[in-house]
Amino acid sequence: MTTPADDAVAVDRVSKNFGSTVALADVSFSVQRAERFGFIGPDGAGKTTLFRILATLMAPDQGRARVLGRDVVSDLWTLRARIGYMPGRFSLYPDLSVDENLRFFASVFGTTIEREYQQIAPIYSQLEPFRDRRAAALSGGMKQKLALCCALVHRPEILFLDEPTTGVDAVSRREFWDLLDTFKQSGMTILVSTPYMDEANRCDRVALMQGGRILAIDTPQAIADSFDRPLFAIRASDRYRALKALREWPHTHSVYPFGETLHYADKRTDVPADRIATEMLAFLSSHGFDDASVERTAPTVEDSFIARMGAPEGVRAA
Amino acid sequence: MNEAPAIVVRDLTRKFGGFTAVDRITFEVHAGEVFGFLGANGAGKTTAIRMLTALLAPTSGQAMVAGHDVYREAEQIKCDIGYMSQRFSLYEDLTVRENIRLYGGIYDLTDRQIHDRTTRMLAQLGLEHAADQFVRAIPLGWRQKLAFSVALLHEPKIVFLDEPTSGVDPITRRQFWELIYEAAARGTTVLVTTHYLDEAEYCDRISIMVAGRIAAIGTPGELKKKFDASSIDEIFVRLARPAAASEARK
Repeated sequence: MTTPADDAVAVDRVSKNFGSTVALADVSFSVQRAERFGFIGPDGAGKTTLFRILATLMAPDQGRARVLGRDVVSDLWTLRARIGYMPGRFSLYPDLSVDENLRFFASVFGTTIEREYQQIAPIYSQLEPFRDRRAAALSGGMKQKLALCCALVHRPEILFLDEPTTGVDAVSRREFWDLLDTFKQSGMTILVSTPYMDEANRCDRVALMQGGRILAIDTPQAIADSFDRPLFAIRASDRYRALKALREWPHTHSVYPFGETLHYADKRTDVPADRIATEMLAFLSSHGFDDASVERTAPTVEDSFIARMGAPEGVRAA
Repeated sequence: MNEAPAIVVRDLTRKFGGFTAVDRITFEVHAGEVFGFLGANGAGKTTAIRMLTALLAPTSGQAMVAGHDVYREAEQIKCDIGYMSQRFSLYEDLTVRENIRLYGGIYDLTDRQIHDRTTRMLAQLGLEHAADQFVRAIPLGWRQKLAFSVALLHEPKIVFLDEPTSGVDPITRRQFWELIYEAAARGTTVLVTTHYLDEAEYCDRISIMVAGRIAAIGTPGELKKKFDASSIDEIFVRLARPAAASEARK
């Protein structure tokens, strides 16, 4: 067991309200050095507020947060030079060129692009062909890379990336995560938030967030495995009608579309999975789904998230 | 399908100076279909949608939307389509009821129609309790569902949805898709863009735009067979960034 002082981030019962809106409710967690830690959750989960607090830009109402062993409120000036922060909203100067933006951020921290070249090279090399282009004229993916470059230029020990891949297409998202992989060896701690459940697998550990609370913290595999019922993938040519039919089946615990299939979990915990599958096939074929197929499937982080969100109407039957 | 297609596009092109944003695209969307309009950032999706919603004149080519010509019948098109985007959908400083009333007024519905449809919509969404709350005070997931219903208020033949589920939680995302299915089942044609490629699987057919052209079009099943791929994600990566894909294979 490491002591709290060794942790890159230690958050203890932090709460933050805006008027009557609860942004963070009694949040606690810690992140180890060199760990890549993801916050997965929808808009309004509290991710941005949490990142602002950790980046020393906002004080919590209650609780304490330490980054690199320093308090984010009382030690903010010493901390700021040691952390890199990439806000969710594009916050560079649109009228400045790629190079001008980068030079500006370097100069704020008393350094230069040349001195830090080694550090930023993996990203900067991709931006160099556009070095004279105004930031406003960059594509979404390139803007994200420039913002990351600016957050890195002073060699921070820890990086806070708030939704770096939101609104970016699937290919650019993948490239961005590949880019983060290049920092693995350097030992930098990275905290990153995302609304995309599939990105959980690119992190060492993740926290699932919803409504200002942390629902779970663990490795992506452990979170996926925590889904506590046999899960089935159902294929049928008329998926929407099959979904509606299954909602009427008395044994349905949950059923929802998942990619090209429906994911189904049964209420009964004492019935073997193969018998559930057989019964379900019989049920589907009696409802006219002769082409349906049912097979066991491994739960994903998204299945686990849905299960932990509680029981909103519409998706879950019963 | 015997009905006339909802959207017919032939060699549609739009240039901005020397840059061809949309390059001779040709496709059809059937009436009552859920059509996924996919592509990387900058592939030309937004420009194409702006032409189909009669907000931007094409440079060349033809497009018929809900039976109207995009060059000559822009106003009729606007009456027959609905539009919703993730970036802007409702007025946050108006109440739920006021937003519905405003859109009803814009689309020239009678007071009676607005009243009846407001009642029906609030009941369908289970939002009666929030009718007089400011839109900014209701959770994003509800706002998106409300925005979708408002886009359908004037009972358009076609609805364009531009990244409607961005940033929405996984349960609300699925509820949103059920609203899409319901609208399609009532005969509304749906053209939807998304960055969640699992949602591509929910569409009847999809197209993938690359550099201003349509690089692939078909049902998700057909495309997976054709590209010998296990997911749309895999096809998307291969088409959208051939260089990156070959890099990844090294």
